[in-house]
Amino acid sequence: MSDRLSVLKTYKLYVGGKFPRSESGRVYEVTDSKAKWLANAPLSSRKDARDAVVAARKAFGAWSGATAYNRGQILYRVAEMLEGRRDQFVREVADAEGLSKSKAAVVVDATVDRWVWYAGWTDKIAQVVGGGNPVAGPYFNLSSPEPTGVVAILAPQESSFLGLVSVLAPVIATGNTAVVVASEKSPLPALSLAEVLATSDLPGGVVNVLSGRTAEIATPLAAHQDVNAIDLAGADTDDGLAKELEIAATDNLKRVLRPQPVDYTETPGIDRMTAFLETKTVWHPTGSLGASGSSY
Amino acid sequence: MAFEYAPAPESRSIVDIAPSYGLFIDGEFVEAADGKVFKTVSPSTEEVLSEVGQAGAEDVDRAVKAARKAFEKWSALPGSERAKYLFRIARIIQERARELAVLETLDNGKPIKETRDADLPLVAAHFFYYAGWADKLEHAGFGAAPRPLGVAGQVIPWNFPLLMLAWKIAPALATGNTVVLKPAETTPLSALFFADICRQAGLPKGVVNILPGYGDTGASLVAHPDVNKVAFTGSTAVGKEIAKTVAGTRKKLTLELGGKGANIVFDDAPIDQAVEGIVNGIFFNQGQVCCAGSRLLVQESVQEELLDALKRRLSTLRLGDPLDKNTDIGAINSAEQLSRISSLVEQGEAEGAERWSPACELPSSGYWFAPTLFTNVTQAHRIARDEIFGPVLSVLSFRTPDEAVAKANNTPYGLSAGIWTEKGSRILAVANKLRAGVIWSNTFNKFDPTSPFGGYKESGFGREGGRHGLEAYLDV
Repeated sequence: MSDRLSVLKTYKLYVGGKFPRSESGRVYEVTDSKAKWLANAPLSSRKDARDAVVAARKAFGAWSGATAYNRGQILYRVAEMLEGRRDQFVREVADAEGLSKSKAAVVVDATVDRWVWYAGWTDKIAQVVGGGNPVAGPYFNLSSPEPTGVVAILAPQESSFLGLVSVLAPVIATGNTAVVVASEKSPLPALSLAEVLATSDLPGGVVNVLSGRTAEIATPLAAHQDVNAIDLAGADTDDGLAKELEIAATDNLKRVLRPQPVDYTETPGIDRMTAFLETKTVWHPTGSLGASGSSY
Repeated sequence: MAFEYAPAPESRSIVDIAPSYGLFIDGEFVEAADGKVFKTVSPSTEEVLSEVGQAGAEDVDRAVKAARKAFEKWSALPGSERAKYLFRIARIIQERARELAVLETLDNGKPIKETRDADLPLVAAHFFYYAGWADKLEHAGFGAAPRPLGVAGQVIPWNFPLLMLAWKIAPALATGNTVVLKPAETTPLSALFFADICRQAGLPKGVVNILPGYGDTGASLVAHPDVNKVAFTGSTAVGKEIAKTVAGTRKKLTLELGGKGANIVFDDAPIDQAVEGIVNGIFFNQGQVCCAGSRLLVQESVQEELLDALKRRLSTLRLGDPLDKNTDIGAINSAEQLSRISSLVEQGEAEGAERWSPACELPSSGYWFAPTLFTNVTQAHRIARDEIFGPVLSVLSFRTPDEAVAKANNTPYGLSAGIWTEKGSRILAVANKLRAGVIWSNTFNKFDPTSPFGGYKESGFGREGGRHGLEAYLDV
């Protein structure tokens, strides 16, 4: 066997389609379940969080304006790219979550399948939750879902890969852009996912990935005036933090998805998509043909 | 030149207002635990209409307990039975519509034309609509057996007292929740008459509880630990306070808050229709409407023509006795609201905007404000940014559709917008880009129980009306 020394990867953040280090220059040690050193991950600062929000806002117009079909194609492409890197993710998930290779493989397969599931939703959700309303008058009245905007996501702490994708994919499937705070203890699968996203035709800034202390990064995100919503999934182990963030989020009335028990291995419902959708209702007069004084 | 009209007052003898009312808890009118009362006055005359019990924290607790007790049976009723109660309520409202319209006009100050032709028909329609949902919830797209949440604490404003009650109570009851509702302190009467309608409909006691009171009553209600759902319509500032109160709890929250709606008129718009729409957008209910079109964005090339036509039209509006069937503009709801409007208008002048009102004689008693229009308004002016909640229109101009969209969206609010143009593709393109929950093209201020209503951004979250409106009261 070879005694070649392997090349280690420097894990970096993913912001605006680029892979910067933390502007603070800080890193923290990431270890596996047996406390063995895996890597030094960037320890993001509040400035990194703000930069990520700027990138997400910049990407929102084009991503929310893309056709649903196009978004579906890109999400499916993510699944394709992930499949090709299956072995890498099995290894990273096994290390991150202390799983055997075979159990980690089950998790990675489920994660790929989740991307496929949400890829198929992009051009269906509008028909499921929107539609025409039979108002009592000469109007064509249509309700359509629209993305809320920039969504901050605290990814689940334990399920570092399947959980992450289960909260991220529904947000971007509908046209939102995201700033994701990776699992604090196990950020490596999230940072590697960024490399997949960067090579899947996903426009830069649609997803931004930060690693570090959840509380430190989440606090400025929850209070940020240009963030429209926040998913508190990753604050489920800390009721005090979740409450603090929810209070900070009221300042510009962010939509808040509170932490709740979720079995990420189950097929999801549509609630993680609808949590970050607005309903727009447009009235159009119809008038009546030929009637005198008609508005036609 | 306005035509002279002979007075045509609607008779107030159709409504019998008692000298005093209690709180409605567990199917009965009771006094507040601490015996507190407050007076409600008619804003058009300052006449005291009645004295009403003022609920305190102890009463809130009593009402929530009654609602909790009633929840068990009410939520277990077959949906078809709940539906029939709601159908009954809808019918009784229709039967008593004129009485309630007169009552609402007296207590609120808005013209009888509006309560009779808009508020009351919409109230009845709302109950009728949600009645039909009660036994069809499994088809609503919220799962096979969606469950109610429990006790709903609901706080409503004074601008559409009975209509806002309907928007809150109808979907809550249809889905199997029970409610404790606090009407606004300046308009408690129609909610108390609604309590009597619940009695006539034979609604089980405790299903609907009505607690008149001020902001502190509402605050205790939304903070009560045994409330499962909070629904609020009112100002953005109070909405944020409520969101803070429920943070960290399991209470479900929906908020319908303020707005600064843009009414966008393009150069190809039919001017006369647009003028009617602008008038309706900002002077309906004296502009005391969260979705009012309070910012007029007009394309520069037609600004002069439009403003001339608009000023001509405003000169024909009739302001005065709200009970007169010919009245277009009624009274401002309260002295407090009048002073808020006056102070923002003064600030508009101080900041350099140009103020204009038609010649308009104001009655000597009551709370009145003449229809007002501001030109030379910039986006930085307070009157272009803050919700005035009065008959005050700020006029801004634009050159290109992109500029119109950018200006329309340049607000923390996102409730409503209007688009006036003859070009269909422009309507759709602009509607697509506006960040607002309700958009009216070539019309304004249209409402319907089947049509979801609610805001983007700081105008709140959740939708009222339609299938969407059920979600706020279901465990989904």
